[in-house]
Amino acid sequence: MPTVSMTVNGKQVKADIDPRTLLVQFLRENLRLTGTHVGCDTSQCGACVVHVNGKAIKSCTALALGMDGAEVTTIEGLASGSQLHPMQEAFRENHGLQCGFCTPGMIMTAVDIVRRKGHDLEEKLIREELEGNICRCTGYHNIVKAIGAGAKAMAKEGSTQQAAE
Amino acid sequence: MYAFTYHRASGLRQAGNMLAKLDDPKLLAGGQTLLPTMKQRLASPANIIDLNQIEGMSGIELKGRSLTIGAMTRHYEVASSPVVQEAIPALAYLAGLIGDPAVRHRGTIGGSIANNDPNADYPAACLGLGATIITSKRRIAADDFFLGLFETALEPDEIITKVSFPVPKKAGYYKFRNQASRFALVGVFVSKRSSEIRVAVTGAGGNGVFRVTAFEEALKKRFSAKSLDGLTVPADNLASDIHGSAEYRAHLIGVCAKRALDAADK
Amino acid sequence: MSATGIGAAVRRKEDFRFITGKGQYTDDISRPGQTSIYFLRSPHAHARIGKIDTAAAAAMPGVVAVLTGAEFAESKLGSLICGWTVLSKDGSPMKMAPHPALAHGKANHVGDGVAVVIAETLAQAKDAAERIVVDYEVLPAVVDPMKAAARGAPQIHDVAPDNTIYNWHIGDPEATAAAFRNASHVTTLEFVNNRLVPNPMEPRAALAEYDPGTESFTLWNTTQNPHVARLVISAFVGMAPEHKLRVIAPDVGGGFGSKIFIYPEEVVCLWAARKVGRPVKWTADRSEAFLTDAHGRDHVTKAQLALDREGRITGLKVHTTANLGAYMSTFSSAVPTFLYAPLLSGQYAIPHIYCEVDAVYTNTVPVDAYRGAGRPEAAYVVERLVEVAARELNMEPATLRKKNFVRTFPYQTSVASLYDTGDFEASLNKAMKIHDVEGFGRRKREAERRGRLRGLGFSAYIEACGVAPSSLVGQLGAGVGLWESAEIRVNPTGTVELLTGTHQHGQGHETTFAQVVSERLGIPIENVTVVHGDTDKVQFGMGTYGSRSGAVGLSAVVKALDKVENKAKKIAAHLLEAAEGDIVFRDGKFSVTGTDKSVAFADLALQAYVAHKFPTAEIEPGLKEGAFYDPTNFTFPAGCHICEVEIDPATGETQIVAWTAVDDFGTVINPMIVEGQVHGGVAQGVGQALYEHTVYDDRGQLMTGSYMDYAMPRAENLPSLKVDTTVTKCPGNPLGIKGCGEAGAIAAPAAVMNAITDAIGTEKIEMPATPQSVWAAIQSVNNNRRAAE
Repeated sequence: MPTVSMTVNGKQVKADIDPRTLLVQFLRENLRLTGTHVGCDTSQCGACVVHVNGKAIKSCTALALGMDGAEVTTIEGLASGSQLHPMQEAFRENHGLQCGFCTPGMIMTAVDIVRRKGHDLEEKLIREELEGNICRCTGYHNIVKAIGAGAKAMAKEGSTQQAAE
Repeated sequence: MYAFTYHRASGLRQAGNMLAKLDDPKLLAGGQTLLPTMKQRLASPANIIDLNQIEGMSGIELKGRSLTIGAMTRHYEVASSPVVQEAIPALAYLAGLIGDPAVRHRGTIGGSIANNDPNADYPAACLGLGATIITSKRRIAADDFFLGLFETALEPDEIITKVSFPVPKKAGYYKFRNQASRFALVGVFVSKRSSEIRVAVTGAGGNGVFRVTAFEEALKKRFSAKSLDGLTVPADNLASDIHGSAEYRAHLIGVCAKRALDAADK
Repeated sequence: MSATGIGAAVRRKEDFRFITGKGQYTDDISRPGQTSIYFLRSPHAHARIGKIDTAAAAAMPGVVAVLTGAEFAESKLGSLICGWTVLSKDGSPMKMAPHPALAHGKANHVGDGVAVVIAETLAQAKDAAERIVVDYEVLPAVVDPMKAAARGAPQIHDVAPDNTIYNWHIGDPEATAAAFRNASHVTTLEFVNNRLVPNPMEPRAALAEYDPGTESFTLWNTTQNPHVARLVISAFVGMAPEHKLRVIAPDVGGGFGSKIFIYPEEVVCLWAARKVGRPVKWTADRSEAFLTDAHGRDHVTKAQLALDREGRITGLKVHTTANLGAYMSTFSSAVPTFLYAPLLSGQYAIPHIYCEVDAVYTNTVPVDAYRGAGRPEAAYVVERLVEVAARELNMEPATLRKKNFVRTFPYQTSVASLYDTGDFEASLNKAMKIHDVEGFGRRKREAERRGRLRGLGFSAYIEACGVAPSSLVGQLGAGVGLWESAEIRVNPTGTVELLTGTHQHGQGHETTFAQVVSERLGIPIENVTVVHGDTDKVQFGMGTYGSRSGAVGLSAVVKALDKVENKAKKIAAHLLEAAEGDIVFRDGKFSVTGTDKSVAFADLALQAYVAHKFPTAEIEPGLKEGAFYDPTNFTFPAGCHICEVEIDPATGETQIVAWTAVDDFGTVINPMIVEGQVHGGVAQGVGQALYEHTVYDDRGQLMTGSYMDYAMPRAENLPSLKVDTTVTKCPGNPLGIKGCGEAGAIAAPAAVMNAITDAIGTEKIEMPATPQSVWAAIQSVNNNRRAAE
């Protein structure tokens, strides 16, 4: 079986895997990082979003072997020790989650939106940027609020958060 | 997925050799189409050749009136490139509509046009701009490249390396999405160069992306939406499914063409 | 109101694990020695199953076992059941066909499980399943409920001639017919309430483990009601005695009703786990969920409203054909009958109502409760009829409604429901003001200048929630009571565990239930833990659905709190050397009236367990009390939603430009959570009205079997909502709660369709109002207009 090695949440990992192993399966089953979820089989729902080399991707639509040498951040790697990431805080503060299943993917997508679009996000833009994330519980109203608030909070955090990322 | 052997190509020539020699091989670019297809067990390549580590296959270059994009260039790179936004803004706009942000971080132009999904966006841009598809073996004009549903002129061991777009005077794209898949139910790309006017339609064709010569004729007098008033596309030979009848698609082609022309003016 | 008590927007305690990826959903759990199971499912909608050749599959790498429906039949385990007996007009019981966990002899829908492969990995199980050869004899299928009972339709189950499950009715046919004969105006509508696939984001999963040492099972399962699952699997399927089956619902990622039912998969996992002697784990992939999760709605209805000269409603006549799919799912019989017709009076005083419902089998996925369960269907009937009647009579939609509102409570409807309290006009007026209905005309004209069509639609809905009073539903055929349980365990150090038989799957009980306990006992909310979802830990409860956890679940909590307070006062009397009658409990302190003698709750708790200072022959040591609460009536949340749409006539695309919801939920424990429930419910109702189309071809193949073809609403498809409330407290339960979980899904479809039909000027359009169907409707309006000129 081929070997894959990558850095996940700052830790070097290496394993022999079946080539069919998707990145999401590698994370959930080999590394027991079950915060990243599988919600669909057509790459549409976004529950599996993680960051690879600083960019949000759908981990269900990537082979683990294809990510050899990459730097991967999952939801478990977002907080700095016991300090929550401002986007995580914003989701809690704004009731941006109900059952929590889509939430890790939403939060990872949200952080990626801020990196690409900045800290002052309009409602229309946020809704467009959530094209690849489906939520069945919240109707998105509070998710949009949370992301707007989290984006502003990330501006305040500024340099400290950059270092952690 | 069915079991397969994974190969990481370190160079284009090696990738070409693998493609020629391995049993039942498939190239892996962004994987945003191939991997879902394999997950559903609708495709079962015995060998996967990963192109992602090959240097020099991505990049955007404007030389004179020719914009060339490397085959492994991701959609988000095209969408956010100041070079593309300046030279062919409609192309940057189209790339920004493909899939969703996470898909755009991985999906590539080469992968998209090699696949020729009848609902994809890039085939409309290529046909709508008169692009040239450059492969490991030759140069193919867009008019000769897209042959049918999921069918292109590519030979089994041929690899797309670049796509070259002539810079138009004006160009526009309008996409009306399928509400479920978010692919184009109908997408129309229009462009005008000094000599040539093109109107390319994706999503609606019964045989994939196609040009609407009747519209192109009418636009020769004036490249604007008004020139298409009263013109319709016949519904026969158009795709028909639960998302849209042929008649509805025929109607949308007219609407999308006009809106693409309005966008071209901005 | 304290910062963490009833009415406070307390941020949720459960969120920490969800936002950090530390939630424990069923698929996150792995057990030592675990195997994966894969279900081989019928690709045919209707077929006889002949020989199944499993030899090649069994020899594949990693395969532990291959099992078929024949082997399941040999096990003598029981059928899955529908637990609510509905009688036909002639008094005969519904025709419930056997539903084995693995099909044997006949497959009755695409997706019906036929065999399973248990292997070391899921990939190996799938590889092996492809080697199973099933000898199918394909039979003609019927998918259209209007064709199922017609002559010549393929017969699906021997017990149900003409594929008919029951012909049910409610109301007074003669009085209603007379009302129609005397009517000054009759409004008639025929429409479909479209089939939906619930699609919670977490797919269903089951992990079963058998311990031969104790001869007992553990089942981790994505269920909204672990105790009910345990009861059905032990008493009806006969898998194990109830006390030898532990069912754990860990974190559950959404349910919306689809995770209430007892499905074949968990039964087969349990059976397989004992057979192979290793834990067996199943997780649906999304395409599998489309073919196995119970679908919702699927009614074909003709409805008529009779009105007098003044615009007062004098009668309502409804005929509905309900498609229940290939088998009767757990609650399926009640959804188009007792959860539907009793709401047909809506918010209006309608003296005469008659409703007939024919339920049929078809070769499609079984249909059962989905958010609202029968009430969205009823609200759609009433609110579309009322809006159309207003248009036909040239009255404002608000005016016609106000003419007909129930204003005196309690109100006995002519379809059994006894409305306890409400103020329908208050919600309507408030909604109209917040929405600025007055300004609609101006906004419509402005939109016209941009070439867009604007429309406004009302939905003044009512629902029956807080399911349900046990003896009442028993009389109606339910096999269970719908009370709820709670247990309050005060620990020696004064912290509290609240055990509840409800089970959240997004509703925030770990916070709201803690709010109630914290306020009552005067202890910090951090000191309260809510325990749920484990049949080993929690006493029997009926679970979470039907907007019942607040109205019924919290009422049980209040009863238990009453008992805790009573006992604590007895102990306090001894500690403070006073008469029990002089003890007052307030703000977390027991004190003696007229003195400054007091003891704090935490200190009293310790004393209860130390048990030195009170006569333990009279008062037992400890402080733990349980209660069961049986509601005396349904609750009746109600409200008014207003939807404003803008349509692009060139494409038929509809955009919702504004949404106002004013709901009366009685007492609200946490307004932030309640608003979230409204947002989510509206989103699902909008999904039904605009996007979600479940399409079968005439061979019974599901054409919309993934998100590529089944349109789930995205953020871009929904607006931000204006949400507010009016309050008439429910007189039926101690906290005055009506419940809020389903309201949005019940109100929304009619509001959207009323708005669209207002914009385009025709009623002839069905849900989902996709761009193509709106465009086609506009074309036909234009064609009719041209023909008339």
